[in-house]
Amino acid sequence: MSDAGRRIDIRVPVLARVEGEGALEVHAEAGRITDLRLRIYEPPRLFERFLVGRDHSEVADAVARICGICPVAYQMSAVQALESIFGVEPDEWVRAMRRVFYCGEWIQSHALHIHLLAAPDFFGYESALAMTADHPGEVRRGMRLQALGNEVMALFGARAVHPVGARVGGFHHAPAAAAVRDLRARLEAALPEAEALVRWAAGFPLPDNGQDFPYLALRNGADYPMNRGRLSASTGLDAPVSELADHVAEEQVPHSTAFHARLHGEPYLVGPLARLNLNADLLPTETRALLGETGPALPSTNPFHSLPARALEIHAALVEAVRLLADYRAPERPHAEVTPRAGVGYGATEAPRGLLWHRYETDGSGRVTAARIMPPTSQNQARMEEDLRATLEARGLDAPDAELRFLGERVIRNYDPCISCATHFLDLTVRRR
Amino acid sequence: MGAAKPGARPRVAVHKLSSCDGCQLAFLDLGEDLVRLAELVDFVHFAEAGPVDPDAEVDIAFVEGSIATPDEVARIKRIRANSRYLVPIGACATSGGIQALRNLHDGEKWLAEVYPSPEYVESLATSTGIADNVDVDYELWGCPVNGRQVLAAVRALLWGVDPVPEQDKVCMECKRAGNVCVLVSRGTPCLGPVTVTGCGALCPAFGRDCYGCYGPAENPNTEALGRRFRGLGLLPEEVARRFHFIHSHREPLRSAGRRWREDRGADDP
Ligand code: SF4
Ligand code: SF4
Repeated sequence: MSDAGRRIDIRVPVLARVEGEGALEVHAEAGRITDLRLRIYEPPRLFERFLVGRDHSEVADAVARICGICPVAYQMSAVQALESIFGVEPDEWVRAMRRVFYCGEWIQSHALHIHLLAAPDFFGYESALAMTADHPGEVRRGMRLQALGNEVMALFGARAVHPVGARVGGFHHAPAAAAVRDLRARLEAALPEAEALVRWAAGFPLPDNGQDFPYLALRNGADYPMNRGRLSASTGLDAPVSELADHVAEEQVPHSTAFHARLHGEPYLVGPLARLNLNADLLPTETRALLGETGPALPSTNPFHSLPARALEIHAALVEAVRLLADYRAPERPHAEVTPRAGVGYGATEAPRGLLWHRYETDGSGRVTAARIMPPTSQNQARMEEDLRATLEARGLDAPDAELRFLGERVIRNYDPCISCATHFLDLTVRRR
Repeated sequence: MGAAKPGARPRVAVHKLSSCDGCQLAFLDLGEDLVRLAELVDFVHFAEAGPVDPDAEVDIAFVEGSIATPDEVARIKRIRANSRYLVPIGACATSGGIQALRNLHDGEKWLAEVYPSPEYVESLATSTGIADNVDVDYELWGCPVNGRQVLAAVRALLWGVDPVPEQDKVCMECKRAGNVCVLVSRGTPCLGPVTVTGCGALCPAFGRDCYGCYGPAENPNTEALGRRFRGLGLLPEEVARRFHFIHSHREPLRSAGRRWREDRGADDP
């Protein structure tokens, strides 16, 4: 039966299984979407405003509070930006251990997303807890990996949420060799679990959803990107991180407290799939072999491939942490000395959800005089709306409301949007097109 | 617990207001314990974990986040009306959190200053804790709270006993852990003497200062500590910033910070 003239209004007032608070509204008439809004109504918390006046030494503790799921990413982008102002070069030990710290966050966040947020969609459960009864092995494996990620974060930060170990120049504290040995052994022992997870995730019935969009990630040519690299995009963009704002414009839209970002005018993707598309050649050998066996074929423009990409990144992060913690020795001092000075600095690292960019200005005593933060979810937001539009229209708007609603929720959850991070307010001139 | 019908599992909700989602991780990071907990109670609303039913009647409602929008004022009233026990968790819910720093300034102005179209945004000029808005039954402090705290609270409430709040200061925890005092040995301005324990004195164990993320302890002597910081060479404005960070809206930190700021004769930042 053709229902093309039907008018539909889909409302998902509270999106389940995403971090933060969002809602979806779709209006369609005569088989076409007339209005689609991913509403991010998470209230503003004004971080960029209250960072002003704070000393550089307080910034890492403050920005951790932007997001409970990826505090390490906020801390790492911030200290990197401040170090670039002060001309501080962290030594090899600090750089390696920051990478391990970051591995912990990827493992934790990706495992949480795959198991607690995304997997129930594929198995028809309301929640992972409901799914545990029938799939105890897989859910518990996911929880074990998540816990291991947390332990890596706690090794350097004393706790996994809002860790207290990071500072400009390095860390407050170097873990003891015995603790490192113990954790490293358990990370190594978890490798087969991560491999099993990759194979399991490769078998999920992913919607076939090829789309056309640019994607952006860091790339440094030496290792899979976490905390260093240049901006690299499928459009051929190759630029230093200080130039992000020259290529990306942010715009405030009435229905969302998160900004919409566009790369040269186009919605674009950041996150695990963007990273994998641009950096698969830099994965650890074992992970690359797994990718070859399980897919997906790259580059992929099916956003749903973010899920296998997450699983592969868990594996890669485990391999990396095990490698970087071999022959561990605690240094005499876990940080470089810092002499503040006035200037402007940029920091960009790969949060679990994608590129997280910070810009700070400081005065001569190292106090922040301006701050700007571009989190991954606000970069992905315009892309999410495009994806929703394309996916729902491709399914056909004559499908039952319940099905369209579920499909819409899945599309959004697939981006693992971190809505708490996305709502931010900044001091900038909005370029309107 | 008294409210639950015999045989019926207690109903629990986890709500989120203005926050970073970090305190919900005290549940989501529980692993096996979360699975066991879900066998003992029904999570009827916990959007991040799956179930969505914000207006359900429950035995215990945990609330993460502060009250920072007109909608949140209305929501917390509904949550209060639907809950037998209302338990704010974390700094945002107990004292307005780090975003309460706007309360010390002109919140409206901040919003307008930094936002191209502030009229699109529904936001209050202040960020306040739950207890500033409705009655609460018990509070868990900490930025973030941890799994040990939430499990202890659930256990106590389910057995119908009042949870025992922490009272020690971080300093006591430090002594028990055998940490070298960073204030005494290095002259680092540590907030441990006025901060309530619960974290396990994580920061001093890492050789750094406590920045007060668990909130003020009972009868803290902010006056003496502020003078001590001044003696270490901190400017009045820097002393004020120590008190005005994670729990700036909570007394006596609020007044202590204010006094130091007024001494300096300037109001910003
Ligand atoms: S280090 Fe801080 S918390 Fe520990 S005893 Fe000293 S002042 Fe107290
Ligand atoms: S020592 Fe202080 S700042 Fe550090 S975690 Fe404990 S309460 Fe928070």
